[in-house]
Amino acid sequence: MDETATITLCGTGLTKVYHSGPVAIHALRGVDVALYEGELVVLVGPSGSGKSTLLNILGGLDRPTAGEVRFRGRPLGDSEAEITRFRRDHVGFVFQFYNLIASLTAEENVALVTEIAARPLSPADALALVGLGDRLRAFPAELSGGEQQRVAIARAIAKQPEILLCDEPTGALDSETGVMVLRAIDQVNRELGTTTALITHNRSIEGMADRVLRFADGRIAEVAENASRCPPERLAW
Amino acid sequence: MVIAPLDRKLLRDLWRVRGQALAISLIVASGVAVLVMSMTAMQALDDSSRAYYDRARFADVFASVKRAPRRLLADIAAIDGVQMVEARIAQFALLDMPGLREPVTGRLVSIPDAAEPALNRVQLRSGRLPDPLRRDEVVVSEPFAEAHRLRPGSRFGALLNGRQRSLTVVGVGLSPEFVYAIGPGALMPDPEHFGVIWVREAVLAAAFGLDGAFNDVLLLLYPGVPAVDVLTDLDAILAPYGGIGGYDRSEQISHWFLANEIAQLQTLARILPAVFLLVAAYLTNMVLARLVYLERAEIGLLKAFGYGNGAVVWHYAKMVVVLSLIGLLLGWVIGQWLGHWMTAMYAEYFRIPELTFRLQPWVFALSAAVSVGASLIGVVSAARYAGALPPAEAMRPPQPPMFRHRLAAGRRWLAGLDQPTRIIVRQLLRRPGRSLLTSLGLGAGVGLLVVSLQWFDALDHMIEQYFERQQRQDMTLVFADPKPASVLRDVARLPGVLAVEPARSAAARFTVGHRSHREALVGLPAAARLTHLNDAAGRPVMVPPHGMLLTDMLAGKLGVVAGDRVQVQLLEGRRQRIELPVSGIFESPIGMAAYVDLDAFNRALLEPGLANMLQLVVDRAEEAVLYAALQGLAPIAGVTLKRAATDKFEETIGETMLVMVFFYLAFAGTMAFGMVYNNLRIALSERGRELATLRVLGFRPGEVSYMLFGEAGMLMVLALPLGCAFGWLLATIMAASFETELFRIPVVIEPSTYALAVVLTLMATLPSVLLVQRRLQRLDLIAVLKTRE
Repeated sequence: MDETATITLCGTGLTKVYHSGPVAIHALRGVDVALYEGELVVLVGPSGSGKSTLLNILGGLDRPTAGEVRFRGRPLGDSEAEITRFRRDHVGFVFQFYNLIASLTAEENVALVTEIAARPLSPADALALVGLGDRLRAFPAELSGGEQQRVAIARAIAKQPEILLCDEPTGALDSETGVMVLRAIDQVNRELGTTTALITHNRSIEGMADRVLRFADGRIAEVAENASRCPPERLAW
Repeated sequence: MVIAPLDRKLLRDLWRVRGQALAISLIVASGVAVLVMSMTAMQALDDSSRAYYDRARFADVFASVKRAPRRLLADIAAIDGVQMVEARIAQFALLDMPGLREPVTGRLVSIPDAAEPALNRVQLRSGRLPDPLRRDEVVVSEPFAEAHRLRPGSRFGALLNGRQRSLTVVGVGLSPEFVYAIGPGALMPDPEHFGVIWVREAVLAAAFGLDGAFNDVLLLLYPGVPAVDVLTDLDAILAPYGGIGGYDRSEQISHWFLANEIAQLQTLARILPAVFLLVAAYLTNMVLARLVYLERAEIGLLKAFGYGNGAVVWHYAKMVVVLSLIGLLLGWVIGQWLGHWMTAMYAEYFRIPELTFRLQPWVFALSAAVSVGASLIGVVSAARYAGALPPAEAMRPPQPPMFRHRLAAGRRWLAGLDQPTRIIVRQLLRRPGRSLLTSLGLGAGVGLLVVSLQWFDALDHMIEQYFERQQRQDMTLVFADPKPASVLRDVARLPGVLAVEPARSAAARFTVGHRSHREALVGLPAAARLTHLNDAAGRPVMVPPHGMLLTDMLAGKLGVVAGDRVQVQLLEGRRQRIELPVSGIFESPIGMAAYVDLDAFNRALLEPGLANMLQLVVDRAEEAVLYAALQGLAPIAGVTLKRAATDKFEETIGETMLVMVFFYLAFAGTMAFGMVYNNLRIALSERGRELATLRVLGFRPGEVSYMLFGEAGMLMVLALPLGCAFGWLLATIMAASFETELFRIPVVIEPSTYALAVVLTLMATLPSVLLVQRRLQRLDLIAVLKTRE
């Protein structure tokens, strides 16, 4: 990686221990990680290897047992209010389950975020970016799984966040719709320059990343850099 | 004991939703408690009074007469259906109680010289019956004895037919005809100012010049003989001797109050528990529907394993049965206790020697059947859903709920709202039926509060209407017989009397075609200043110079409108039969009454210038002198002090009502709390995922709370006016069923009462909001978002 590139988000010495009755589960065992401005990182690894935990901690959904997360060099802060502020202003999330608000149309689901954002895209533009410019008025129940996930992406990026965190965004989709979703993420990353981290079980997706972090047993076991990114539609699914 | 795995699941499910389950159980318990309380108190009154009536040989027919020779008794006994006759002398007298300046009215009742009364037997609570040879010995009624600390050996004075006598108490007793011992003109038993005195017949006969005669007669009929048949013959026999018309037990004042109380308890037992149990059924349905929806997968699994629909439905039904059983047990315990307390309270007013409180197995059976039944109604739809679910579909995740595009007008309206508010509005509109039902349920709590609190308004209104606006006098003197105008002048000259106004009342039978009613006809002077008649709206009503003014209740009973003519058979004096036109009808808080102009009345009776009642305005500073002077006045049957009556009224009602209202407040509060809590918990469960999503998107906890509580808030905003309207409706229904010939409980609900009900409901809501808010704060964002619902 280019040494001069700016670090958007970094974690140092991140440890997470869950206590489940008498058993202590070490989900993260001292992870150091940095996400550079504008890059697209793919996190792969077996279930329970710690990638979701890391993503949640980086996005301010969870707190580390030890270690620190810094956004643009500044710690996230300890209070719930500071962390909420961080999520609100700087982070977009996409999950395997789309989590759209059933009572709001596609456009309104996006507007939900743009109403509280400082310099948002218009909901229509955000939806156009993910190829749904013609489905603004549809309720979630009227959309296919792929469409719902793309609305979720539009909702995540409409506030123009610095960071987009995607946890298995294609996990519930078939390959064809999966590619459409990945293309939307790829496009957002390129056109808006949003630093993007994406968790997947599907190793063929690694090809679209700038860097690939391979997880095993609560640690980053390997970091691989791709010389060039493969467009999603050309990934061998 | 081995618990089947499904039952173990049931117990754990119940534990999981324990907060909601408890709230429902408490509402069931409230309904059951009201039911058990009113039923046991009613049963205690009913059983005890029946047994007492039998034991003490309470008469079936009663009649008063001016003076009838004893030889008539043979004729009366010969009337078909008469089992037993007892003649006696009954009079009113002024009593002079040591330590009390105010005049006290005594009801003197004779007992046979050489025997115990055969009918309306006096049950001695202490002491003995008077010695026939001692003319000063009397037995006094127990509440009167208690109020004046009288015991055998105590003495007090009485004015018998104008002659001062000193009486000695030798016994304290109770009688079935004075279970509810109410003095003339009073609304409540006031043992300080009214007492019953039993005297040997010879003493009263001598004092009132009734040797060999009687002025009161009691009949016991053979079982099953209707009183009407006997009354016609009895009235015919007594009429020549000044009979004022007989009446049966249903019109006997003490029994009438008792029967009314029993009827009111029945009303209470019918209306209020129904409200509680309906709300409980609705909540059960909501909670269960949610549970079944969340357990779709488990239900599918059970079915896949081969459990039949019946087994699945029974599984959920059992849960509800457990819920209502908990409520039932709790309700039994509370209702028992309240019933016990209420019976004890009744014992203060209804003097039945053994007012016993017994556990009524049928009340328990009834409340069990009703409460479990109501809850099972709540199970039906959820259980049907669970039963109808095909196993494979049950295990698939549900589709996002469908929302419809509204009309363009709705869209424009929504366009002005931010997204969180849109979520709230759409949620409410998606299932308008459920939203409305929830609002109604929330409103039920408000309504119950309004009903409980409005009693105070109704009472204030009654006191204001009846005592303050209609009755401007301080004191009413009632004479045994009509007196000429000279008495009026005598009274006006007494010390402390500021104003006097005459009035005359006479027992009369009003007849129109086949409809008939026995009521006092009251003559008021033209432009009466001390008795103001008002209609229900508080407007003054003038007594017309000609014709008769009727209350709407009496007009309704007679089936007349203004302009119709009514046959009035006077039952006193020369028993004239006159025909009077109805010149006006007015809506009155006091049930049945008929008024005429006093002069017109006297002219019709050919007795000018007579009055048997005097209304007095009195200088309070000279009350003591006046009371003393009254003792020397021509035979006064009774004195009613308005202040004593209102004080007693407010004191008695105030204290029992406060306690009752407190309990209803507790019940209504429970209902409001349970309704809101369940509603919020279900909303949280249904919307947890959306709320977590919003948190992830960066919404602050407060903003997310808005979405959850905003919905509940809007439902509440809808519920408050609905609840107020429901309260008004409930109050109207209850007032209508409490309405009697004697009085009508006005439906008066002050704005402040509505406001208080609203505030109390909101206060009852607060704990639910705090409890749910705590859960919302602990919402595990990651867990919620990463699982499918």
